[in-house]
Amino acid sequence: MGARMVPFAGWDMPVQYTGIVDEHKAVRQSVGVFDISHMGQFIVSGAGAEAFLNRVLTNNITKLQPGQGQYTLLLNGLGGVIDDLIAYRTSEREFYLVVNASRIDADWAHLETQLNKDDEVLMANASDFTAGLAIQGPKAREVAAAVFGDAASFPEHNTILVSMTGEGPMWLCGTGYTGEEGFEFFMPMETAEAWFRKIVDAVKAAGGMPCGLGARDTLRLEMGYPLNGNDLSEQRTPLQAGLGFFVDLDKGDFTGREALVAQKAAGLPDKLAAFRMTGAAPPPRPHYPVAFAGEIIGEVCSGTQSPSLGAGIGMAYVPLSAATIGSTLEIEIRGRRFPAEVVKKPFYRKPSV
Amino acid sequence: MSNVPENLRYRDSHEWIDPTQSPSPVGITDHAQAELTDVVFVDPPKVGTQVSAGQQVCVIESVKAASDIYAPVAGEIVAINEALGGDPGLLNREPYTGGWIFKIQPSNVAELDALMDAAAYGKHIA
Repeated sequence: MGARMVPFAGWDMPVQYTGIVDEHKAVRQSVGVFDISHMGQFIVSGAGAEAFLNRVLTNNITKLQPGQGQYTLLLNGLGGVIDDLIAYRTSEREFYLVVNASRIDADWAHLETQLNKDDEVLMANASDFTAGLAIQGPKAREVAAAVFGDAASFPEHNTILVSMTGEGPMWLCGTGYTGEEGFEFFMPMETAEAWFRKIVDAVKAAGGMPCGLGARDTLRLEMGYPLNGNDLSEQRTPLQAGLGFFVDLDKGDFTGREALVAQKAAGLPDKLAAFRMTGAAPPPRPHYPVAFAGEIIGEVCSGTQSPSLGAGIGMAYVPLSAATIGSTLEIEIRGRRFPAEVVKKPFYRKPSV
Repeated sequence: MSNVPENLRYRDSHEWIDPTQSPSPVGITDHAQAELTDVVFVDPPKVGTQVSAGQQVCVIESVKAASDIYAPVAGEIVAINEALGGDPGLLNREPYTGGWIFKIQPSNVAELDALMDAAAYGKHIA
């Protein structure tokens, strides 16, 4: 498909097919399809699965009915983020976890250490034999209808549809990483090529295009969604990352809870702030120094040029005094400092129709 | 296919220079702009700077990455393309005309002959 490939978490991944901005706009205005086969999938089942996951994940998994999913975090004992993931309840006793490619091994190892001998839990790592596509954009429904016909209905936001077919199981998840309506479709690796062709054809017929990792990054950053490795790490808590909404401190004990409670009581040392460049400036990029009141106080975690806004946007951990909306930061780019303003997330809001 | 004009000379790092003009405009090739896509910012060199051949003189930023631009020959930077400040996309749309980046007064014209001609550059990017 004329893609430009880069190695990513052990996979050769397309950065772009036609160009980041064109692909980005396709997703905002019609539809785009991303290869997300690199992502990891764990199936956790058994009579003890719900209790086990509620003990290791931050969100309250008991709130999920079969078919529902939630964004949640896996923490270490100090409250640091091992991974952010989506957990779906596929049946009363079975859960489907979609995790980051770069963290599959770390997540699996951590989950194993959290498992007690008498837990009635089975864990299966389906990552290596699962391929996936994300179909994202206002025309995602049109693509689903064209590809699946009556065989499947469209998965609404934060829901999952599982179907057993002659070719094996397929998972349709109402989620994405772009801020647009859409779904992620996971299928057995052997069936992937045929599905990929079918879906790419349907996306093109709907006026969309295949998209690479570059557009995935600009789309997610416009929404202020964190990327593990850039914005999340084992050294910082979800409270610092602004993800407190996905942490239920009242549900009972879970790994990292004690540290979060203590941090909340003591006050956060810093916070992930969203900033927008205020004048003509090069795009902010990861690791560029960030200054406040003349002093370097941190570095850019994620940063890019927003295709929708036509301005540089980024996120950085800064002390609370610098994190208030409207405060002025400076981003140091090749020795020169360019002003930026702390803004509210998301950076981009869909124009109301 | 990329456009590779006959009248220009090329560096392997995808800059072009027009030896038929004095001072000589410098830009990036059609191939380079297609690889970079979506140029969003040009950090220009300073007028009056003396540079040596192959010296990094400025940076252009696309959505994807920051890329260094090298002087094809030694000389003095005598002008920069002010239009790129307001419209960096000129580099994508008109890489050989409106998208020139700076003009250089070569200090040793023999260096121009050491650069690739269109045929050699065409092979280089094939």
